Formats: sequence, C-alpha cells, structure tokens
Amino acid sequence: MLSALASRLNLLKQLRQGNFGDAVFKILAYFFGLFLLFITLFIMYQLLFQGVPAIREFGIGFLWSTEFDPVQQQFGALQFIQGTLVTAFISMLLAAPIGIGIAAFLVEIAPERVNRIVGFLVEMLAAIPSVVYGLWGIFVLAPFLRTYVEPWLIPVVGWIPGFEGPFRGYSVFTASLVLTIMILPTVAAISRNVLQAVPRDQREAMLALGSTRWEMFSKAVMPYAKGGVIGALALALGRAAGETMAVTIIIGNARRVFTSVFDQGATIASVIAGNFTDASGGVYISSLFLLGFVLFILTLSINVVARLLIRATSTGPTNPTGGF
Amino acid sequence: MERNKTKEQTSKEKATPKKQESQTGQRQAEAPMEHTAQSMEVNGLNAYYGGFKAITDIGMKIAPNKVTALIGPSGCGKSTFIRTLNRMHEVARGGRVEGEVLLDGEDIYGKNVDPVQVRRKIGMVFQKPNPFPTMTIYDNVVAGLKLQKRHKKGELDDIVEGSLRQSALWDEVKNKLNDSGMSLSGGQQQRLCIARTLAVEPEVILLDEPASALDPMSTMKIEDAMLELKKRYTIVIVTHNMQQASRASDYTGFFFIEDMGEPGQLWEFAETEKIFTRPERKETEDYVTGRFG
Ligand SMILES: Nc1ncnc2c1ncn2[C@@H]1O[C@H](COP(=O)(O)OP(=O)(O)OP(=O)(O)O)[C@@H](O)[C@H]1O
Ligand SMILES: [Mg+2]
Repeated sequence: MLSALASRLNLLKQLRQGNFGDAVFKILAYFFGLFLLFITLFIMYQLLFQGVPAIREFGIGFLWSTEFDPVQQQFGALQFIQGTLVTAFISMLLAAPIGIGIAAFLVEIAPERVNRIVGFLVEMLAAIPSVVYGLWGIFVLAPFLRTYVEPWLIPVVGWIPGFEGPFRGYSVFTASLVLTIMILPTVAAISRNVLQAVPRDQREAMLALGSTRWEMFSKAVMPYAKGGVIGALALALGRAAGETMAVTIIIGNARRVFTSVFDQGATIASVIAGNFTDASGGVYISSLFLLGFVLFILTLSINVVARLLIRATSTGPTNPTGGF
Repeated sequence: MERNKTKEQTSKEKATPKKQESQTGQRQAEAPMEHTAQSMEVNGLNAYYGGFKAITDIGMKIAPNKVTALIGPSGCGKSTFIRTLNRMHEVARGGRVEGEVLLDGEDIYGKNVDPVQVRRKIGMVFQKPNPFPTMTIYDNVVAGLKLQKRHKKGELDDIVEGSLRQSALWDEVKNKLNDSGMSLSGGQQQRLCIARTLAVEPEVILLDEPASALDPMSTMKIEDAMLELKKRYTIVIVTHNMQQASRASDYTGFFFIEDMGEPGQLWEFAETEKIFTRPERKETEDYVTGRFG
C-alpha cells in the first residue's frame, strides 16, 4: 500500500535522482493536505457518532420536527435550521453589496492613503471578538432600532409576510443586523485584497478600448476577481451561519418557528450554546450533536452550491483566481 | 518567398465574398481596407510622474497612414510618451501632462474633451499581451464594441472575422472562437489584443513594444499585419528592435536622455531611411548602429 503510494508519487525515482528536496516537499505537502482532510472527516464522524442515539430516536424526522422539549425528551431541528438560514440570508443580502461596494470604493476611487488607512481599519474590525458585537447589539443597536427605526419601518414593510407583527428589540431581525455588521469587514477586507490583486494591465486594457471607469470595473476587474470575491462571500457566509455568541445574546432564543423576522427565534449555533450546560441524558446531548452535524452539512452544501454557481456562470473556461 | 506566398493567399481570401446572410456586416470583409486616417501633432509636451519630469518639450508630427517608430535606450520615456498620446498617462499614479497633443487639429487635452472618447479614437496595444482571461477569443475581440452601441450578432461575427484577419490571426483561431483567450500562445495573444483594438475602428493605433516578448515568427506576423494596417490606420510603435524599425516604419523618432535623472527628449525625428543612414546627431548614429543602448 505504502509502496504503491510512493511509486504513484514518483518518490523513489526522485530519491534515486538525488532529488531529495523535492521528495521531502512532496511528502510534506501530501501529509498536510491529507491531515486537513482527516480533521474534517474526523469532526464529521464525531458529530454523527455522538448523534447516533438521537438518530435512533427520531430518525430523519428530526430535520422537520419543531419539537424541542427537554422534559419530554423530544427534539427537532426545523426551527433552528430556519433561524440559521434566515439570519445568514438577511445578513448576506446586506453585507455582500455593501462590503463589495466598500472594497470597490477603496480600490478604485479613494486616494491611495485613504485606501491604506481605511483598509487597515476594516481588517481590524474583522478581528473584534463576536461577544463585543453581541453586547453592542443589546445595548446600542436594539434600543436604537426600537426608538428610531421601528416607527417608520413598520408602516412601510409591516404588511409584507415575514415582516408582520410587533417589533421586538431582541429579534431575528436585530440578530441579522448584528451579523451583517460582523461579516461586513470580512467581505470588505478580502474583496479589497482580491480587487487590488487584479493586474494593472487588465484595467488598462479595458480603459484603452474606450471604457469609462465603471465599465472598466464591471467588465474587466470584477470578472477577473469574481472567484476571489465569491470566496470572500463564502467565508462570510460560513461565519454568519456558524456565529454563536453574538446571536445567542441578541436573537431571543425562542425555540419555535417564527413567522416574522421581528419575532424572536434561535439558530442552530445559538440553541447549542444555550443548552449544552443543561443538557443531561443521552438523547438531549445527542440531539445537540446532531444539530451540530446538520449545521456542518448546511454550510458545506451552501459552499458547494456557491462553487457550482461560479462554475456555471463564469464565461471563460479559466478562472484566474482558481475559485476558492 | 514563403511570406509572400501566404500574403497572396490571404489577400485572395479577402477578395472572395464570404458570408451572404448579413448585408451590413460586409463592410470589414468587402469594403476597401483603405481609409485616410487622422494625423496627430505634439507640441511642447512635458509629462510628469508626481514631481518627476519624465519627458520634456516633445514636438512631433505623426503622419496619417504611416508607421512612426519610436526608439531609444531604456528609461528614456518612450512608453511615457506613447501613453500621453491617448491619455493613458494620466491613469498612472501622479501622471500629469503639459503641452498639447492634436488629433486632426483638436487638442485631446482640451477642456471639454472626454478621455473615454479620445481612447476610442486612439487605440493602444501593450507590451505584455493582456487578453481578458475570463472571456472567449470571440468576446475578447468584441469587448470594446460592447462598450458602445448594441450590435447585431451577424454584424459582430463579421467584425470579429475582419479584425482577426487584419491582425493575421483568423486562420489560427477560426475553429476555436469560443475557447478562452488564455488558450493561445503569447504571440497569438498579442495578435488577439491587436484585433481587439482594431475592432473598435480607431483612427490611430499605438503599440508599445508589441513584439518584445515574442518569437521571430510572431514578430514577423505582426510586422506584416502592420504594413497592411497602415492603409487604414495611423500607427505609432515603440520598439527596441532596430531591424523592425527600419523595415516596418516610415518615420522614426529617437528618444534620448542626456544624464541620469534628466527628463527624456526627442533627440532626432526624421524619415526612417534618414535616421538609419544619415542621422544628424552622433548619439542617434551610435544607437542605431548598436554602439550603445
Ligand atoms: N509609473 C511610474 N511612476 C514613476 N516613474 C515612472 C513610472 N513609469 C515610468 N517612470 C519613469 O519614467 C522614466 C521613463 O520611463 P518609460 O517607461 O517611459 O521609459 P521607456 O523608454 O519606455 O523604457 P523601456 O524601453 O525600458 O520601456 C523612467 O525614468 C521611469 O523610471
Ligand atoms: Mg517602455
């Protein structure tokens, strides 16, 4: 087995040729690559393995049950899947255009100094711990929304399904906004780096054909940077879907399906964080692990879909940034 | 011999009418390739990068339907100069220009002149081939056209074929127009960039060392294409290749820098034949005969 692998990698040949450095490099590269794969699979296995009692108990129906009753030992995932998807979706909807817009402004329009300084600040923002965002959400954002935003927002959107009902400070909506602000620096900082890496000659090529700066950006810079920008979005989405602390603080942790974003809810991550200390008994803990597994699969599939999406929409067979 | 033969063949192909389906699009393939292009004139031109003056007091008349070659040692400001001719210089950081550059008598640096319009009339091909990597060969050629008004598909097809023929690339890519522009060799990529520039039908084409990264065969093809192109366009080309300058150009400008840190100057400008056989200044002679540079 090992020798078969070695011959596949041309290791022996390289060693015979005295190509020692190459052989070592190859072994290391494969080792770390496989190591990463191993960790991922190991985590998946652990989540699933620990979730087995819950699977035995509830079967696949776990996914669409909205039961969450520790007393009766009944658990389901649907409302938390809903919470995760809705908060992640809203925050991406807001953060993607704003973040890419900030990056585009910094790279294409702002003077070099502004670009450098603001770029640095944005990278700093990306490093603030999420609990700080959560606190800020409770003590600043939620009261602000209640006093200044609600009075005019509700009359405008209150009739739209999903936006009905009373406006609460601790709500899915507030959590989504906090998430937006959390992932905005991620989107902006990575997009900025990606846009900056677009070669000068690509910009000049489009300008020399008689393009405006906007056309240059949309027809030469963006297509070139698309793979990287989608990578930034995928990373941000992963962060939004998996964010625990800030969301747990602000979303209200209502363990039911919500019909309005102004209502309270819970996400998979927040319900795990909110319950692991009380979790006693096999099925309870096991259900939390199973929820973790669902979250894992959820982010994984969102990423795969995003990847397929770029492949389907990219015009040329080459993707200069190599996807993500 | 070989080269003449292939040229004959391509010109014969050009003469035979090809597609019949569209009427309007025939212009590139059938209409005479000849056209009186616009001339340019440069007066008292200085160009800066921030506080650094890169070229000083350049004056030059660029004749229509001729090839004007710019030669000179490295760093003497040839690229800077050629980029001032279509307002690409101001894209560089700190890029600033004084003096005037006339296109058919009108200053392209005039107050109400839009650089976007200037660049539509004065196209540019860069030193390093820079096709758009996410686009197909076809889309690369029409990239500039798509910035302008809408064209019908048949019309675009004809322009693509016409431009690729003019840049001597058609035969090599006609069966793979939907492949990526990056699938081509360096020389082919450069001819693709030329085709892209031709497709928008500018008046003047600026080429900054278009063949410096290419093999002799590709260089030859680009030169041949240039001889055809000057029937239709005014051409300015920067080159380090003396043979290329003497073979393919009608006028030659020699740029020179007297001392390190000084701005580059247009040291001598005349018919190519004169520059290469009877230059007036010693530095020009030294340079064209390869004694330094
Ligand atoms: N973007 C820039 N910023 C600052 N200085 C520049 C810039 N580009 C060129 N220069 C300077 O301007 C001078 C002229 O450069 P330019 O590129 O025009 O020379 P060149 O004649 O084209 O040289 P080469 O034959 O090597 O291409 C050089 O001193 C160069 O260092
Ligand atoms: Mg140069």
